[in-house]
Amino acid sequence: MSPWATIKVAIKALLRNKLRSLLTVLGIVIGVAAVIAMVAIGQGARNRVKGVFEAMGTNLLVVSPASQNTGGVRGGGGTASTLTFSDIDFIRNEASAVRWVAPQLQTKVQAAGDDQNWNTQVTGTTPAYFQIRSWATTSGQLFDDAADAGGAKVAVVGNTIVQQLYGGADPVGQTVRLGNVPFTIVGVLAVKGQSPMGQDYDDVIIIPSRTFRAKLQGGLGNFLRGSIYVSAVSADATALAERQVTEVLRAHHKLKDDEEDDFRVRNLAEFAEAQSQSTDTITTLLAAIAAVSLLVGGIGVMNIMLVSVVERTREIGIRMAVGARPIDLMVQFLAEALVLAALGGLIGLGVGALAASTLATKFGWAVVFPSDVAALAVLVSGGIGVTFGLYPAVKASRLDPITALRFEA
Amino acid sequence: MVAAAAIAPPAIGSASAPVIEIEDVTRVYHLGDVDVHALRGVSLRVERGESIAIMGTSGSGKSTLMNLIGCLDRPTSGTYRLAGKDVSRLSASELARVRGERIGFVFQNFNLLARTSAVENVELPLLYAGVGGHERRTRAIAALEQVGLGSRLDHTPNQLSGGQQQRVAIARALVSRPEIVLADEPTGNLDSRTSVEVMAMMQALVAKGITVVLVTHEPDIAQYAARVLTLKDGKVVSDTRHEPVRAVLEPEVAS
Repeated sequence: MSPWATIKVAIKALLRNKLRSLLTVLGIVIGVAAVIAMVAIGQGARNRVKGVFEAMGTNLLVVSPASQNTGGVRGGGGTASTLTFSDIDFIRNEASAVRWVAPQLQTKVQAAGDDQNWNTQVTGTTPAYFQIRSWATTSGQLFDDAADAGGAKVAVVGNTIVQQLYGGADPVGQTVRLGNVPFTIVGVLAVKGQSPMGQDYDDVIIIPSRTFRAKLQGGLGNFLRGSIYVSAVSADATALAERQVTEVLRAHHKLKDDEEDDFRVRNLAEFAEAQSQSTDTITTLLAAIAAVSLLVGGIGVMNIMLVSVVERTREIGIRMAVGARPIDLMVQFLAEALVLAALGGLIGLGVGALAASTLATKFGWAVVFPSDVAALAVLVSGGIGVTFGLYPAVKASRLDPITALRFEA
Repeated sequence: MVAAAAIAPPAIGSASAPVIEIEDVTRVYHLGDVDVHALRGVSLRVERGESIAIMGTSGSGKSTLMNLIGCLDRPTSGTYRLAGKDVSRLSASELARVRGERIGFVFQNFNLLARTSAVENVELPLLYAGVGGHERRTRAIAALEQVGLGSRLDHTPNQLSGGQQQRVAIARALVSRPEIVLADEPTGNLDSRTSVEVMAMMQALVAKGITVVLVTHEPDIAQYAARVLTLKDGKVVSDTRHEPVRAVLEPEVAS
């Protein structure tokens, strides 16, 4: 018989016992659906974690001054003034694994629009900062290096500022007063949402670093009172970039070998990677538990196929009498198990996808349909059908036609 | 009953081998510690187009002989040549192929697949013979028309009377164009009128040159065959030829 004819015979046999076929399929459906849903949820969580870190910046390293030690009184992290604006140039020119470098100077100010005011964080930086933090505008444009060098009084604002000061209207071209200094808004940043700690990424006003130092910090001294944001050339290069940055800074800060770093480099990419890995582990664990239910479904298929072989002994005898060889019967029962399992796999796929999207909506993250896992789950369920169908099929094929024909159900 | 009329045996060249050639066949079953000798040296030649009834009480070995002739079983010793080919030492797969190509079965309890239409039941042997879907359907329909069930192709066994079910079984036996039709108590579950109907069909097969082997314990049914072989305790006790009774239905009151 051709494979197609075999499958058709199998489907007909299954349709003769619809309810039982359905119940058998159910085990596989639940197993596959569980695997798909678990993996989808896991990947959704992973993407959310990844998204959070990507919102902070791509392949990000943050360099901050170490603590100050004045006569035995140690200040907290970042209190020492050890970083300089020259360090930015050194890193940019000497660390090959680094793509972008920018200072981040921050202070809280009272910002005032036409008729509203709002206490917010002002960041002074250079245009490279927008690259590091993957920040784009939805309206207007970002300021450029010329604006930074010239100390232009321009500002790029986040969405929260637009809402709070301008009631949602496009503020490009408007004036915003930071302290007492008027700035012209040149651009509005795309919405980023919140940090894992609930910090609002959109509650921000960004101005050129030179302007920040002159107008808000009151001086153009070379010491950098803030941190340096560094973006590595790739995710794999963050560790190398971290080493290079450390070497460059140690060399220029003229630290001796036995002296501690007077700065701190934090590798956020590594942190993000660790987070991703932990969600991956949980995903694998969940999928493994779900796979157990798939196995149980497979055993259900075997169970039913065994019952089916006994119940259909007479049918097997008839088929043998009219010329079915043992192998034909084995293939037929295998095909039935395969069809059951594959059907269960496909239905499970649908149910799993549905469950995943429902849960994703509930948790508020994007639906991830793991197509590779889906394909694998259907293949595995087919494999389970063949594996668990094999014993009943062999049993069917070994029946003696005479005994089978006389069998009374 | 109706007056017997002779049916001339089909003229087959004597050069061709007998359809069934059984030589000194024994069959021993091992049931636990006991050996049961179901056949104790049976020899039998059946020519093409013959009709033969195998008779005997239960335990006489007639079922065992039928299973051997039908290639459902193998002899313990002796040889069985089917149309000149030795089939006594074939594997289960090879026997299945021989059954599919050369033998059609008709059983007492019809043995149709339940919840399966008449035409699909009849197609079954062709399915395993590897006949393509379209030809399969055409031949199955032709066979059902031959037994007068052309209008009941899609009926399932439980929608058919006993006689109709047995006709579906006969169509299934015919569809693969076998050399032998083996009928095991084909009228055992039928009333006398339907029995005559079925036997008329068997005689029509004989007329077409098909060898019919009838296994029965009813002398009434055996007399429709031209030859009667009687078994007792695993041995042939008589082998007689006579004019078969012709199966003709008594005219029914117009219905």
